[in-house]
Amino acid sequence: MSYILSVKNLVLSRDGKKILRGVNLEVGDREIHSIIGANGAGKSTLAYTLMGLQGYEQDEGSLIFNGEDITKLSITERAKKGITLAWQEPARFEGLKVRDYLAIGAKGDGGVTEEELKEALRKVDLKPEKYLDREVGEALSGGERKRIELASIITMKPKLAILDEPDSGIDVVSLKEIVNLIQTFKENGASVLVITHRKEIAAASDKASLMCEGVILRSGDPLEISEFFKNRCIPCDSRVSPPKAA
Amino acid sequence: MSQITLNTLPSEIKDMDAAYSAAGGDAAVLHDHELASLVISGSKVLNANGVEGIVLETQETEHGVDVKLTIKKGYKIPHPVHLCFGLIPQDGLQEIMMNFVAEEDAAVELVAHCTFPNAIKIIHRMEAQMHVGKNASLKYTETHFHGPYGGAQVIPRAKVKIEEGGSYYNNFSLVSGRVGSLEFDYDVDAEKDSVCEMVTKVYGKKDDKIRIMEKVSLNGENARSVIKSRLAITENAESEFRGITEGHAPRSRGHVDCLEVIQGNAKAEAVPIIRVDNPLAKVTHEAAIGCVDKKEVETLMARGLEEDDAIDTIVKGMLA
Repeated sequence: MSYILSVKNLVLSRDGKKILRGVNLEVGDREIHSIIGANGAGKSTLAYTLMGLQGYEQDEGSLIFNGEDITKLSITERAKKGITLAWQEPARFEGLKVRDYLAIGAKGDGGVTEEELKEALRKVDLKPEKYLDREVGEALSGGERKRIELASIITMKPKLAILDEPDSGIDVVSLKEIVNLIQTFKENGASVLVITHRKEIAAASDKASLMCEGVILRSGDPLEISEFFKNRCIPCDSRVSPPKAA
Repeated sequence: MSQITLNTLPSEIKDMDAAYSAAGGDAAVLHDHELASLVISGSKVLNANGVEGIVLETQETEHGVDVKLTIKKGYKIPHPVHLCFGLIPQDGLQEIMMNFVAEEDAAVELVAHCTFPNAIKIIHRMEAQMHVGKNASLKYTETHFHGPYGGAQVIPRAKVKIEEGGSYYNNFSLVSGRVGSLEFDYDVDAEKDSVCEMVTKVYGKKDDKIRIMEKVSLNGENARSVIKSRLAITENAESEFRGITEGHAPRSRGHVDCLEVIQGNAKAEAVPIIRVDNPLAKVTHEAAIGCVDKKEVETLMARGLEEDDAIDTIVKGMLA
């Protein structure tokens, strides 16, 4: 299997504490890969480090994306290579129109048509006529802003979408739509690295990895990993009995 | 309907049309006889066009023009009234004395563009009296363009009175080109059941100086107001904002909201002042000064924008 992303021995410290302690991870081409783990396991930190955010520059390790070493590239350079990130809590963007926000990611790809903007909103279950000319920060709910952020990734057409808990702030009824959306990314040729607590999302993945205290403990079948997390790692969350690395 | 075009050379009209367009206006509206408009270049009235329900009077003075614009009782003007004030030369003085009256039950939207595209040493002073009659509505949108050199000193001052049930909306914008020096001072008296909303948006660069003073006195029962200021300053620009709301009457409600974004060596000061002397009144405020939100910048960078373009997009959005 060819890999779109290979992470080797990724180490990151913040305030003198190691948050990532040698992460090794491989995400396949057109693969939906879930990262599962307890709060504080380092999942979001991993996502930010992969995107190259300020303050999340790794101390050690390498990132190979699409066969190219991107370890030293900036956020923008990584985005131009085809990596993007959806935050768990999206930014507010006062005054920025939804249509302008959705068009930003498509700039390097010859722009985006009006119909593509509308279709992106439909895919996240928002009516274009209601949302396209509104402001992103215009008193929209967290769930609405989340959907708009996901729509901005649809128009960007990335090779790898890193989604940090895409289900947070979204009701259970809509969870199926999020799962469908992740499948749509894959159908459009993208790989998806999704950080989640939801077994529904993990179950829709091709592969899952379990993260604990800054390392990937094991990777494999999503249902097995979910069961392992449920049965073995909940005690870990209360710091009673940390599991041994596989 | 009346159309006045006096002692005007075609080149003057052409220059003002270009200046009006530079300020973001559509010059065609100034020549549409179905629309009310007023064009003043320096101390000269180039065009004054009234429509039914509007009385427009102008008097040229040594350094400017005295303007009286009255919307007659009960008239709802269907299309905006377009105003253009400007100075084409690099230096000069323009003093506009304005008296706007929206009589009882009248409604009008005034769209003003103030344009000084070549300003090196220009002073533009506006002294306005605005009277919003009982149950009348006055919406005043003022967009400025001061050119690229920072040589404009602009001093708009207004005293506004809103009668019972009246509505006054003011939207001031100076976000393209340089500011130069801006001393903005609006003072509003709001009577019973009236509504006042004032929004200012300014983008200062280099050594621009911005001083904004807005005051609303909620004198009448159930009067409501919002003062909203959005300022972005960069390089060595300086800004000072004072937003004052006084609640003097029962059930009056006011809010002051200032958000400033600074970059480089810019300096900003924001002071919301709220005073209440009636126990049934309520006035609130919020003010924030800071750099551009890091998450917003990184989100746009994660969509492929360079950092400077991301910041520019965010600032322009805030000032849009």
